[in-house]
Amino acid sequence: MKITLKIWRQANKDAVGGMKTYQLDDVSEDMSFLEMLDVLNEHLTLANEEPVAFDYDCREGICGMCGVVINGAPHGRYNSPIPTTTCQLHMRCFKDGDVIEIEPWKTGSFPVVKDLVVDRSAFDRIIQAGGFISVNTGSAPEAHSVPAPKRQADRAFDVATCIGCGACVAACPNGSGMLFTSAKITHLANLPQGQPERRLRVKAMVAAHDENGFGGCQNVGECASVCPKLIPLESIGQLNRDLFASLLRGDGKAIAGS
Amino acid sequence: MASTTLSVHQKALRSNVVKKAIMAVTGLVLIGFLLMHMFGNLKIFIGQHAYNTYAGWLQSDLLYPLLPEGWFIWLFRIFLLVCLVLHIYCMIVLWGASLHGRGPRYVRTNRKEQTLSSKLMRWLGISLAALLLFHLSMFTIGWIQTGYVYDHSDPYTMFMGAFSQWWMVLIYALFVTVVCMHVRHGFWSAFTTLGANVGPGARNVLNGLAYFVAALLFVGFILPPLAVLLGMV
Repeated sequence: MKITLKIWRQANKDAVGGMKTYQLDDVSEDMSFLEMLDVLNEHLTLANEEPVAFDYDCREGICGMCGVVINGAPHGRYNSPIPTTTCQLHMRCFKDGDVIEIEPWKTGSFPVVKDLVVDRSAFDRIIQAGGFISVNTGSAPEAHSVPAPKRQADRAFDVATCIGCGACVAACPNGSGMLFTSAKITHLANLPQGQPERRLRVKAMVAAHDENGFGGCQNVGECASVCPKLIPLESIGQLNRDLFASLLRGDGKAIAGS
Repeated sequence: MASTTLSVHQKALRSNVVKKAIMAVTGLVLIGFLLMHMFGNLKIFIGQHAYNTYAGWLQSDLLYPLLPEGWFIWLFRIFLLVCLVLHIYCMIVLWGASLHGRGPRYVRTNRKEQTLSSKLMRWLGISLAALLLFHLSMFTIGWIQTGYVYDHSDPYTMFMGAFSQWWMVLIYALFVTVVCMHVRHGFWSAFTTLGANVGPGARNVLNGLAYFVAALLFVGFILPPLAVLLGMV
């Protein structure tokens, strides 16, 4: 396959970026998208040019490191018929002679580090605010001592599959991190272990979400449509219901925010 | 920064989700008002007496003698105005948060879910405010008089005069289109924000209801002026 690539190049966080065009003549349709970028970078290295920086780790769709906007949609959801991460997108989704535009996540909360690499530590700060349960470490308790209803446990597990890739924010016209935040809220709200801190958690995570510069949700639904893990839009409903209910309670009144 | 002294509870109370909830509740109140307004307009088909009597009842007799004569309409107007101001205030704050959250623009975007009305929501709202001012200055205040002489005791004649002019019907159709597009996304979004979207089934129901309410408002609002223009009333 012959492919024309238009890739966002940006030397560093403060540099002015722009699209640059490259030609690749030796692309196999069996290549993954990242392998195709590897081939490009080999060519660039041999030509003594700066390779394109992009993030990746596992390359099997479970770590959440990779993720770029391909032809205007995160993880190439415009081209891919199925929900996928960028690393699990394959070149067979494209045709010979295609022009492929690649951009980093562009949101106010994820600054570009270089080229296609962004800093998603804003997500970490939301998790730090409440995306955990407080238990003493040590020997694991007997699993059957805390019954978890099957239906709720399944819901919790479904949203616990969030890999924090940030595609939801990248796709959102408002740069909102609600789908990510609500995935963690829904995960822990559906398990007995999550109950003691449930009200404080939702307040703290919503506060951290806004403090980290994410926008408000407009219920457009772009986030869920590009999510590689199919986190459903109704997770945001769970977050909202939990927040409204918790606001009637005193949790977090005595705790000063960071 | 002053925000460092706020408790977690206070921060959550000032969050975007709460502002969205305020927009949702006030928006639903305004949709309720629109449905009532639309129903009242249809009385034009019964005749001048029915229409003017209804208008007179709204302006002076509603809730009388519980409230002194003519009080209800002003209490109601103040209530609607408060809703409108809250709705617009939260919209401005959330728009600012969105501009910051969205960050730099993409060279290319391909949206999968975004509808035209959700994309234009804020611009529809701004157009709506401008057209509402025009609407109020015609029929409520009387600053603009075209095709009739302002007389608040005879809204039937004002209605007939105004909408005997084809271009007024055209402006009105534009107004109603903007209203219905705003309501279409707003209805779904309001209920979703308030937590009613509990699954794919609920999503379909809420979206279906949103289309139904928007279509109902469009038909109900456009029929009377259209009938006047075509000489059917």
